[in-house]
This record gives sequence, structure tokens and C-alpha cells, in this order.
Amino acid sequence: MTNIQLNQNGKLKHFLSIDGLNEPILTEILNTAESFTSMSKQQVKKVPLLRGKTIVNLFFENSTRTRTTFELAATRLSADVLSLNIATSATSKGESLLDTIHNLEAMHVDMFVVRHAISGAGHFIAQNTAPHISVINAGDGQHAHPTQAMLDMFTIRQYKQDFKPLKVAIIGDILHSRVARSQIQALNVLGVKEIRVIAPKTLLPSHVESLGVVVYNNLEEGLAGVDVVIMLRLQKERMTAALLPSEREYFKCFGLTEARLKLAKPDAIVMHPGPINRGVEMESSIADGPQSVILQQVSNGIAVRMAIMSLTMQHNGVAQ
Amino acid sequence: MSKIHISNGHIIDPANNIDKTGSVYLADGKIVAVHTSETNGFDFTADKTIDASSQFVSPGFIDLSVRLRDPGQSYKGTLLSETSAAAAAGVTSLCLPPDTRPVIDTQAVVELIHDKAEKAHYNNVFPIAALTQGLAGSELSSMYALKEAGCIAVSNADVPFSSLLVLRRAMEYACSHDLLVIYHPDIPSLSNNGCANEGAFATRYGLPSIPEASESIAVAQCLELAELTGCRLHFSQISSKRSAIKIQQAKKYGLKVSADVAIHQLHLTENDIEPFNSAYHVLPPFRTDKDKLQLRESLANGTINAICSDHQPHDLDAKLGAFPETEPGVSSLETLLPLMLKLVKDNAITLSQGVAALTYKPARILNIQSGSLSSGLPADLCIFDTEQHWEISQDNWKSAGRNTPYWGETMKGRVTKTIQAGKIIHSL
Repeated sequence: MTNIQLNQNGKLKHFLSIDGLNEPILTEILNTAESFTSMSKQQVKKVPLLRGKTIVNLFFENSTRTRTTFELAATRLSADVLSLNIATSATSKGESLLDTIHNLEAMHVDMFVVRHAISGAGHFIAQNTAPHISVINAGDGQHAHPTQAMLDMFTIRQYKQDFKPLKVAIIGDILHSRVARSQIQALNVLGVKEIRVIAPKTLLPSHVESLGVVVYNNLEEGLAGVDVVIMLRLQKERMTAALLPSEREYFKCFGLTEARLKLAKPDAIVMHPGPINRGVEMESSIADGPQSVILQQVSNGIAVRMAIMSLTMQHNGVAQ
Repeated sequence: MSKIHISNGHIIDPANNIDKTGSVYLADGKIVAVHTSETNGFDFTADKTIDASSQFVSPGFIDLSVRLRDPGQSYKGTLLSETSAAAAAGVTSLCLPPDTRPVIDTQAVVELIHDKAEKAHYNNVFPIAALTQGLAGSELSSMYALKEAGCIAVSNADVPFSSLLVLRRAMEYACSHDLLVIYHPDIPSLSNNGCANEGAFATRYGLPSIPEASESIAVAQCLELAELTGCRLHFSQISSKRSAIKIQQAKKYGLKVSADVAIHQLHLTENDIEPFNSAYHVLPPFRTDKDKLQLRESLANGTINAICSDHQPHDLDAKLGAFPETEPGVSSLETLLPLMLKLVKDNAITLSQGVAALTYKPARILNIQSGSLSSGLPADLCIFDTEQHWEISQDNWKSAGRNTPYWGETMKGRVTKTIQAGKIIHSL
């Protein structure tokens, strides 16, 4: 199957998933983001790349954080931005997803940034929207969250420069995590030495090794000698679904403590896509400690999303 | 009624061990004789002779599971559109699962279906009665009355039972009226609204997944109940290796059980699914190579008795959405023969085994006088060309549902004529 994300020249036209993208494309995103980072420190934080373009944030699932960074990214590219919280609007009136899309198309918008609770929603919209519109996946079900993965890659590169020698551990609810799936794919494309996933069996998908990872059910063993520690958020509903006994027990087995972090390389960085459950996923002192790059991830999110927005629009032939 | 002579065809009638060129004679809607050698003194003046040279002549296919979507969901398909698809597929008898709207749990609905079938000039629509009222899984349906009205078996389609006790009672009650129980094996709390096999594919694409055990545990449970109740049990559309092995063991042990498999499960696995293409959304889900190979082997060794189409036509909207949100099912009648022939080409089964799984074996499960070319049986036949190529396109498609993963592809093997009770109901 041809990758619907790419145009006929093999350039990014939509950004739906890391799956099927090669190293040069990911590196192009990272390099473009690099060029935007200095901008946020300037007095005037704007470039006219997407002036006159309209970007619609379509959030079928609530998320203040991701939506805010997308809004900021679009604004800094000088685009007009419209944010719709569909979770509370049209579809609850019985309007179908496709009707919502077609209505917005009729208003001549140029890009959809979509978050949806169902895996594959981004692909579905990309396949059914007008050809001049770019679609960016801001998280779909348990499938993919590729912009988050790219900002994580950007952060890793900032601190570690070269991906090749790195050992990366991803800890927590891999099963339900679209972030983890995208991170694993991106890390594999960028050629890290080893990716470990660390979780109890109830939070690992079946056949997880097929994603190209090494599985650990024990945190201490998994942390030994890693360069990057990525913590995932644990949702409260995992307890009621009989996947875990309690937050306390989870923290006992899989919570990141200062003592455990010492098992990783001394210069290991600690990442988290946010928001953190302090005392569940990690000790507060780590979140605020010297190895934490969690707030850096947030800042990088804007530059990376600017890069992805401008690249996809360019390749769809509409950027100036 | 006219007298038909089908000449020069390669006759394949597994029930009678015929696999040879010859003639079939039909009169008054019945089979008169099959001759595979020169017969002197046979006096038959045909009104119509069909030259079947370089084609195969077999009993008409008997399909154990065809959703006609009628009554109740005529926006997906009608009895007329889907029985004409059946005719084009060489299917001369079909079983209609009880999940019509309204459900087949009263005589009135059975009569309605019979009336509609008569108007569509399609003879053998066999309704399967609901095992529980409204398919709600808790109270027994009036099985005896439904049997009287013409239901051929009882089933709860793919709707779960409220408890194993209800299933046990339903099996016992069906058994006392000598009704075949058709069971769709699935433990809903394990399949957990999944839409893809629990394997590498679902993991990669983050899809809610269904473990193999949600089927094989249901098979094991129901086999125990079959022994406890003594009922005649048929498993519909099994998809996994472990289910097949459990059924094989039960048969060896002496239980009265049978099983069928949907034709597409013998060809497609999770590896074949185009990411997020809803045409591949089917329940049970496409499994792994290991499962597919076991299903093929079980078909060859007779553990799986029959192949069915598991035809489920859908309207466009039902398949227009993100994969997990779309409705499962494939419009599969018209690919039944070419996909069966592909099994033969892959050396998974012989042509005779394939025809048997579509004719006398399902007839035996249903206990109907059909499925072979024995003299005196209804003249239900089909003639097919194993070499003809045809493209799946709007021009060549009868079903109202276009939801097949094979849409646009070229198939090899086509039914050229279908005869039901001596009447030609499909002719190319």
C-alpha cells in the first residue's frame, strides 16, 4: 500500500503516523524544528510562513496541553487558527465525523489538526478530505501520536546528539499508549541501539517484541545502563479495569525513584509526555531534578509542531 | 415443467463418488439420472439441452450462513438483491441467521420471510430460529412452533447468552425437539469489543484486539454442554487453530458436533489487512498464518465439515469510518466459488473435497434431502467454469453490499448457470 502521508515526490503531505516514514524525513523535521527554536527567544515570535492559511484544531477528545501548543505553533507561523472542541459540540448532536469535515472544507480551510479517541481516525479523515488539505494527527486512540514522538526525538537529540549508541527505556502503560507506539517507531527509524519497554504484562500489548523492542517486567533490570528514561502516564481507569491492583503497588514496582535512577547511566535524561502523576510514575524530586527534561519537552513541542505544519503545507503546495 | 439435459459436463458429485464427464437429466424439478457412460435404451426427450462441455456440473451449493438483511435492514440489502447474489454464486439453499429485524422468534416473521422468498422466486431460504426470545439470551424462544413454521435450526447468532445455565437449558430444550443448535463461539468479556486479532497487527496499529482464547474457550465450554445435554451442536465460523483442534478431539471422542468456516478465513490473515481499510473488518477477526493453515488442514481432514460464505452485505456508511467504528462483515457470496477453487489451486484440498464442503456435507448437518445428484432429489445444481476470469466490479456484482476486500480484483472461476428445482435462476 502506498503511504497516504506522502505526496508523489515522497514528501510529507499529511502527518499521521511515524509508520512508513524514513530517516531523512524524520531528520528533515528535526532540522526544520531546530531553525524555529531560536525564534521563541526573539522579541517578535512570528514568521510569515503560513500567512493567510487557516488551520482548524479538531479535538474530539479533550486536551488542553496539546491543543495549546498546536495553537501557539500555528500562530507563530502566522496562520489563522480555529479550535473546535467537538467532544462537546457537533457530533453529540448526531452529526457524523465526515459531515463535520466536509462542512469545514466548505469554509476553505487548509489544515486539520485532529485528536480522536478511535485508532485510525486521522487516516480516515486524510483519505476522505479534499486533496489540498493537510491532516496532522494529534493523537488517535491507541494508535499514534507522532508529533509528541517527534518532539521527544528532538529533545533526545538536543541532549545526546547521536541516536545510534543510545539505549532507551520506555516505562509504563505501553498497551494503551499511542505515544509509546510512535516513540518506538521513531527510535527504530533513527537507529538507536536498543529500545526497552518496562511494564507488567497487563500493560504490554501482545506481540510487543514485533515492534522491535526488548521486554522487561522488572524496572531495576530494565533501567541498567540506559541513556534515556521515558516515563508514560498512568490513567486512573487502569485500576478499575483490573489491569493493576493499586497506584501504590504500581509505584512500588514501576515508580521511578532516585535510587532506581542511579541504575541508569549517570547522564541519563528523564522524560515524560505529561501531565505527571507525582508519586505514581515518579518521585517529585526526579520530576524537578537535574536529569529531568520534561519542561524542555514542552518548549520543544512548539518548534517541532511548527516544523511539521510548515513542511506538510509546503509539500501540499500551499505555503508561500 | 421442462425437461433438461445437461450434456458433456464434468460431473462432480462427491456424495455419489462421481468425478467424470457425462450427462445429467432433470424433469419435473427433480434429478432423473446421471449418466457417465453410454447408456442404451434411456429414453429422455429434453425440452432444453445445456452444453456444459469444458465446465463442471455439481449439486447446487448450500450456504450455512447468509445475511439477507431482510426483513429490517433493506438499506444494506434486500431478499431480492441477496438471493440473486446467491443464485449468481451457485447457491441453491441458504440459511438465514435469526438476527433479522424483527428477530426470527415468531411464526409471523418466518412466514414473512417465506412470502418474500416466494416473491423473489428463490426457493430455499431456510430461516434459523432464535434460540432465545428477541435474541436477548435469557428466555427460551418457542422453538417447537418455530420448527413447525419451517425453521431449520436454532441459534443465538452472535449475541451472547446471559449465563451458561440459559445456554444449557436452550440446548436441552432444542434437543428434545431434535433441533440442531448452531453456536457462534465467543466469550464477550474476553473479546471485549475488539476489532482485530490480538497479534502483531493490532499491536502495531493500536487496535482493540481479540485473543484467540475468546473463541477457543467458548468452544471448549460448549463442547462440555453438548456432552451434558446430548444436543446436536454445530459451530459456526470458527477462526482459530485451537478451536479446530478442540473440535477434532471432541469428534474423536464421539460427540455429535460439526463445524463450518467462512471462506475468507481460509485465505486472509492479519498480515493481509491494509491498515485501517474497513473492508477487512470482520468478526471473528482475520487471525494468523498458523490459524489459516490449521483451518485448511481441518477442512481437508473433515474436522471442519462445511465452508460457508458468512455473507454480510453492508451499506457504504456502515464501512465509512475509522476502522474500529465500522461494522464488521464481508459481502462474500459471489467470491465463494473462486475462493474455494483457489484452495484447490493451493493444494489445500481437492476439488471434490471443496464441492463436498459446499454441498452434501452442509446438507447432512441440516438433515435436508439435497446436496447431491441422486435420482429423485430436487434438481438443484450449478455449472461452473474453473478457467473463466472476471473482475469484481459494479457490472459483475449482484449483492447490494460492495464490502469485500477483493473489490476491483480479478477472480478465476465463475458460476455460469444455477438451477433450482429444475428452473434456471442464473445464467451467464
